[in-house]
Amino acid sequence: MIPELGHFALVLALALGLMQSIVPVLGARRRDAALMTLANSTAAGQFGFVALSFAALTTCYVTSDFSVLTVFENSHSQMPLIYKLTSVWGNHEGSMLLWVLILSLFGALVAAFGRNLPLSLKAHVLAVQSWIACAFYLFILLTSNPFLRLHPAPFEGRDLNPILQDPGLAIHPPLLYLGYVGFSIAFSFAIAALIEGRIDAAWARWVRPWTLMAWMFLTLGIAMGSYWAYYTLGWGGFWFWDPVENASLMPWLAGTALLHSAVVMEKRNALKVWTILLAILTFSLSLIGTFLVRSGVLTSVHSFANDPRRGVFILAILVLFIGGGLSLFSWRAPMLKQGGLFAPISREGALVFNNLFLTTACLTVLTGTLYPLALEALTGAKITVGAPFFNVTFGPLFVALMCVMPFGPLLAWKRGDLLGAAQRLMAAFGIGLVVVGLTFAIEGKQSVLAPFGVGLAFYVMIGALVDLAERMSLFRAPLATVRARAAGLPRSAWGTAVAHFGIALSMLGIVCAGTWGTERIVALKPSQTVSLSGYTLTFEGLAQRPGPNYTAEVARFTVRQGENVIGIMQPSKRNFAARGMTTNEAALMMRGLGQLYLSLGDTKSDGSAAIRLYYKPMVMLIWFGAVIMMLGGALSLSDRRLRVGAPKPAAKSSLQPAE
Amino acid sequence: MTRKQRRLVLIGCSLAVLAAAVGLILSAMSSSIVFFQSPTEVAEHHLAPGTRIRIGGLVKAGSVQRGDDLRVRFDVTDGKHDIPVRYQGIVPDLFREGQGVVAEGVVQADGAVAADTVLAKHDERYMPKEVVEALKKSGRWQEGEAQTARGATK
Repeated sequence: MIPELGHFALVLALALGLMQSIVPVLGARRRDAALMTLANSTAAGQFGFVALSFAALTTCYVTSDFSVLTVFENSHSQMPLIYKLTSVWGNHEGSMLLWVLILSLFGALVAAFGRNLPLSLKAHVLAVQSWIACAFYLFILLTSNPFLRLHPAPFEGRDLNPILQDPGLAIHPPLLYLGYVGFSIAFSFAIAALIEGRIDAAWARWVRPWTLMAWMFLTLGIAMGSYWAYYTLGWGGFWFWDPVENASLMPWLAGTALLHSAVVMEKRNALKVWTILLAILTFSLSLIGTFLVRSGVLTSVHSFANDPRRGVFILAILVLFIGGGLSLFSWRAPMLKQGGLFAPISREGALVFNNLFLTTACLTVLTGTLYPLALEALTGAKITVGAPFFNVTFGPLFVALMCVMPFGPLLAWKRGDLLGAAQRLMAAFGIGLVVVGLTFAIEGKQSVLAPFGVGLAFYVMIGALVDLAERMSLFRAPLATVRARAAGLPRSAWGTAVAHFGIALSMLGIVCAGTWGTERIVALKPSQTVSLSGYTLTFEGLAQRPGPNYTAEVARFTVRQGENVIGIMQPSKRNFAARGMTTNEAALMMRGLGQLYLSLGDTKSDGSAAIRLYYKPMVMLIWFGAVIMMLGGALSLSDRRLRVGAPKPAAKSSLQPAE
Repeated sequence: MTRKQRRLVLIGCSLAVLAAAVGLILSAMSSSIVFFQSPTEVAEHHLAPGTRIRIGGLVKAGSVQRGDDLRVRFDVTDGKHDIPVRYQGIVPDLFREGQGVVAEGVVQADGAVAADTVLAKHDERYMPKEVVEALKKSGRWQEGEAQTARGATK
């Protein structure tokens, strides 16, 4: 009964979606307010029905109703409750339902918080949002129905893929989807603007909070995914340039570019056409990401059960929305009015530079991800494009971007003073150079590039602080003035500085862990020791330990630094009988911002075990940096000019406040 | 500067960055891309020593030899040709004789592959896609094999 209810709710959501796709557009043509506002109720209704459908599926998982095919394939009655919940989206069908749940949630949020939007713009935005939703409802109902029944019902399920039985997976996909799907709002706004043929600075102000929100979730989602891969795959790597990872990185790069170009549009009414294009591209890349992951065209460390048949359907959605969006763009964009002028050396110029490098970097990632597919389709040759490719293409572009990053916020709008900005950044240059020298002195010439990487990270961090200090007139004005200025500083200025600081921290972590990390792979008998970077580990022996739906083989190590015992590490291997699969549970020990990482390999009957031991200095900075970037986004989002119902600035009284 | 000149500067810069990126991509394509080959292809192509490849097939039954310091030797087979692979390190949990494997490494003078990465399938149900295709090419793959494998794990 409950699965049928869920299925039926989804069909009702589709019916509402179809109505919302057509009626508001007609309403906008006829200037009929009643038809246009219909979208408000249907958007809320769609969310209600999809939520009901999702709740029904969740109920099936929680009660282990194995008469439902997806539950049988991905759940097990002995699994802990948390994994019964996460297995709702730990498979293709359920994850697509989560996708539309978030999509309809965003639609409902626009309907609820968009009270200040012009009526026709809002009607168009909600209609476009509903086009996307309908395509995905159809996709689920026709190719990936999560509510299919099995008869007779089996007694026991096949269990969730053990790699996915991890708390990290509980949060990673929803965060990632909040990011991917959040960009659909920017897309809908762009298409609506193109349909209306009208766009102004207020448009950018309405789009920015949504983009910012999506970007924050995506940033956190990528960081979570990276940490999850780091500790579950047992190789100690945090980024594999794997196609599925690239699929999330590309929308992030384009979304970051969009955030910055929307600022130019909002403040200076320039770069309109480009911003619209970026909004379309960002969501297109999210769709491409979904296609790559869901269609099974790629093999990847993260991919789970998938089916090529569905690929054709998603490909059709892809062609429809990307092709349609870009065609509409090429037809309508020339009608948009040109905006404000600016000199190449200016805040706008710096943001254009940012956009140029981010989109080019995104292009290299796209090439590296799609080239193997294209080559295989054309010639049949199979190739692997891995880290070496991305290091030499993506790396230099990103370094160039980081070099220029501190200049951006210090340049004035319209016409900037490059020399002045450089003078103000002297402290940052100086500290960066000192750090390069110190790193060489301490670490030697093991790697020539790495000290410069560290120096660059420090330069960007100090640069972000210099920007704040300049705005507060720190060291120049009396303390009271500084305090008053700090209090009066817009939150978005804090947000910029914090986010820039965050990306530099991540970079520092990547350089340090990558360069000065050490590694040993050895086979040990009980009571033998192994040492690495000043730590000595003694192997105490192996033990078997039962878990709820697995048995674990646990190795016990005593860790010493010098003579002092600093702790015990217990890496383990879990054997899941239901799937005949083994997963690796690495043991992690925090050492300041670094980590000792120990993972267990083959064990033999004589009690000996093969282990991988890593020491990764500063590795936590990679993820801390991402969290700080997200906090920067949150600060920016809380800026009063973006807040719901914020009073209108007097000078721009013709504009509406955000949202 | 006029609007036109500014636009030219902008387009010029964009083209320069794009050209740089394309240059980087092309140079990376020629040096850091690894081709996947089946054992038959490796045997027939007579690859020069030092070539980096990815080889996939089945671990030949009875070919796995383990030595000191986690050294492993095994043959990768597609039923027609066997290629010896040497590896030092921890092999994946699902590395077994008769099962699918993908190894990445450098071709040696003696025709063996010195692997630095060995991947096995993640799960009892799935074969690495590349291995399935390599086996299909050599005629060793029967449709329905995946189904039986599936049934067996129930």
